[in-house]
Amino acid sequence: MTAAVKKQEWRIDAVAILAILVLGSFYALWGIAHAADRAYAIQMWTALGAFLVGSAMLVLHISRGPSAESVASRYENGVIKAGVFASMFWGVAGFLVGVIIAFQLAFPSLFYFQEFGWLNFGRLRPLHTNAVIFAFGGNVLIATSFYVVQRTCRARLAGGLWPWFVFWGFQLVILLAGTGYLLGVTQGREYAELPWYTDIWLTLVWVVYLLVFLGTIWKRQEQHIYVANWFYLAFIVTVAMLHLVNNMAIPVSFAGWFSYSLFSGVQDALTQWWYGHNAVGFFLTAGFLGIMYYFIPKQADRPVYSYRLSIIHFWALIFLYIWAGPHHLHYTALPQWAQTLGATFSIMLWMPSWGGMINGLMTLSGAWDKLRTDPVLRMLVVSVAFYGMSTFEGPVMSIRAVNSLSHYTDWTIGHVHSGALGWVGFVSFGALYCLTTWLWKRQRLHSFALVEWHFWLSTIGIVLYITSMWVAGIMQGLMWRAYNEFGFLEYSFVETVEAMHPYYIIRAVGGTLFLLGSLVMVYNLWRTARGDAPAAERAGDVPAAAAVAAE
Amino acid sequence: MADKRERDEISGTETTGHEWDGLRELDTPLPRWWLYVFYATILASVVYWVLMPAWPLANGYTTGILNWSDRDNVRAEVQQLEASRLPMFERLGQASVTDIAADPDLQEFARAAGASVFGDYCRTCHGAGGAGAPGFPVLADDVWTWGGTLADIERTLRVGIRSDHPETRMSQMPAYGRDNLLSAAQIGDVTEYVISVSAARERLSPDPAAAARGAIVYQEQCSLCHGPSGAGDRTQGAPSLLDDVWVYGGSREEIRRQVELGRGGVMPAWEARFDAGTIRALAYYVHEMGGGEPDAPPPPLPEATPAAATAPAQ
Repeated sequence: MTAAVKKQEWRIDAVAILAILVLGSFYALWGIAHAADRAYAIQMWTALGAFLVGSAMLVLHISRGPSAESVASRYENGVIKAGVFASMFWGVAGFLVGVIIAFQLAFPSLFYFQEFGWLNFGRLRPLHTNAVIFAFGGNVLIATSFYVVQRTCRARLAGGLWPWFVFWGFQLVILLAGTGYLLGVTQGREYAELPWYTDIWLTLVWVVYLLVFLGTIWKRQEQHIYVANWFYLAFIVTVAMLHLVNNMAIPVSFAGWFSYSLFSGVQDALTQWWYGHNAVGFFLTAGFLGIMYYFIPKQADRPVYSYRLSIIHFWALIFLYIWAGPHHLHYTALPQWAQTLGATFSIMLWMPSWGGMINGLMTLSGAWDKLRTDPVLRMLVVSVAFYGMSTFEGPVMSIRAVNSLSHYTDWTIGHVHSGALGWVGFVSFGALYCLTTWLWKRQRLHSFALVEWHFWLSTIGIVLYITSMWVAGIMQGLMWRAYNEFGFLEYSFVETVEAMHPYYIIRAVGGTLFLLGSLVMVYNLWRTARGDAPAAERAGDVPAAAAVAAE
Repeated sequence: MADKRERDEISGTETTGHEWDGLRELDTPLPRWWLYVFYATILASVVYWVLMPAWPLANGYTTGILNWSDRDNVRAEVQQLEASRLPMFERLGQASVTDIAADPDLQEFARAAGASVFGDYCRTCHGAGGAGAPGFPVLADDVWTWGGTLADIERTLRVGIRSDHPETRMSQMPAYGRDNLLSAAQIGDVTEYVISVSAARERLSPDPAAAARGAIVYQEQCSLCHGPSGAGDRTQGAPSLLDDVWVYGGSREEIRRQVELGRGGVMPAWEARFDAGTIRALAYYVHEMGGGEPDAPPPPLPEATPAAATAPAQ
């Protein structure tokens, strides 16, 4: 009886997914036939290939039936394991591209081919930002959210095969995005470079993601919803809204990639930075706070420091972040009143951000000694320290007087990377170390010494990165505004570029160390998963035949 | 689900009584300092809203009691800066070369203004200190295609070379190879001839037989602009071939490529971008880089007719 129900459920989602893939294939075929330009044709061939491979995988998967491991576990783990793989792959790819463009900034002729634009800085730069934020960060968020929501709701992921659709659909977004940027296909909106058709596909994937997440919460067997899930949900819902509004555009042709934004002028700029800042706020902050709220107390084996703080800082963060975007447009055509609001809301955001830091750090009280022995926990805790640092630096930089110095300089780049490498990177690494141990049912990681290596390589890399960019950025800002006694600019632009050269090299070295650290992690995780560490079942994941049947 | 509050032994604080996958929460009150700093940032924001333009209204926005406006401030600052430079620019605009030579203050001002503008607009192509780059002439030497007096340089700056200015300086060397005006052998010969008359002959030791053949081609095709002796003609913008300075490179192969392709770069006209004082300052700065020529008396132009030397090119 249960088996029959199970089979029925499988069939509905499989048919629906197959229908999407077939429709997608037809669209791609039509696009190939009518393509207005070569880039669009290549994108459509890529999509067609992905849809066909996806359909084949789906048919194969159904004909095999659920794996023994999937049936034996109370939770859906396969899609999370896939997410761990994807996170590591895209992480290393994104860091590598970052290192390449860092060296390109120091040595501009590197990989510069006049007739062949694929590897120019202008194309690799969005490839880097999208790969680390959306491919690496996105996969970490999807994988950890699927893990956390199941454990904290004591419910298997909702939707049968739909979580797999989310996973593979998201990989297709990454594939289309990355190859598109190399081809020169871009909307030219920072962090929203995806062309219109990839935007539509991402919207579909994201809505399914939201439904899977909500569905799992819906059938939870806990009365209350754990704080990590509030943050994940805020991340999913807000990113959907940001994505929809900022990408409103009219394609020139349905058979071409180019489109025009629905907004124009300063309204367009403000929409873009409303999106851009909240991509930081909800993608890179709220989502990763969700990770923090599960993995730190778990790894420290201590209760969360303050429930009340988590409520207050959650709602304050959600409410205030959404207004802070205009601080990206200080001293521009944006009306001054909007700049004022952007700056003040950023300043008010300081304590709500620090609420998360306090809750993360103070959860360690009574377990500080573990920092000496557990490098994974240390990584998680240092990430929270970086979070605190960059969420203090951010409000400071949003003050208009400070911004008049920092704006357009590499100080901004340093600020972003203290958050991206220190906070997002480290909290993700910590989560990946935990997830690999737990999902592949190991007592511990293959090597703690390698985690130490990873930790120190990355930390030194980050310190080199952010200090060189502080110095370079502040120097750059001061040089730009220096006037001589006759009232002329003291330095020409190219002189400021020359002055940056040594710092660009230091930055590139820092990035290289960070990349090396991540390679050490990949090796360590691969050895762990392969079985070079003793096996152990995680309490709570043990199959409960009753639990499976009850679904 | 363990819905009972219990006391955490380490902190002495009660938990909320909820538990998820082994995770519990303490019921610690909000840290006071956190709360007060949060209130303080809200208060500071409210104060700032009262002082500065802040909230949008149906028609306009709250201007704030300081009446602060970025636009007005920038306008005032720019006006102040321009006013502070104006007297010197006016003096510079009226000054002749001899006036400038006699006035150290004016020189210093022209140098500062010129260096500032040169760094942002000229250096990208002409290099730091006017050192030049392939395709972009050196400004620091005494070799000038269109003349090196202050007046010549100023005119070049004003109208540009092959620019969209109606009075632009204009010259066009034919692409003898690309357009099949000469055979490959003839181009090879004329290249040898050009090397043989130039100061590069020591370096490149031209083939005498080919150079002799090339001399005939040269007189037929090139001498009209570059002059019978190869001394060039500044009125037409035809560079001298006697020196060892080559805009598109001085190797045998590079000289040959130039005969084949007849390349000529574009220099923008700056008249619409800069006022007269700025152009004068820039001309002075370039003139001073190393190779500026005195304005009076006009330098002897060996191959040019006296009439063309004083009249504008067009």
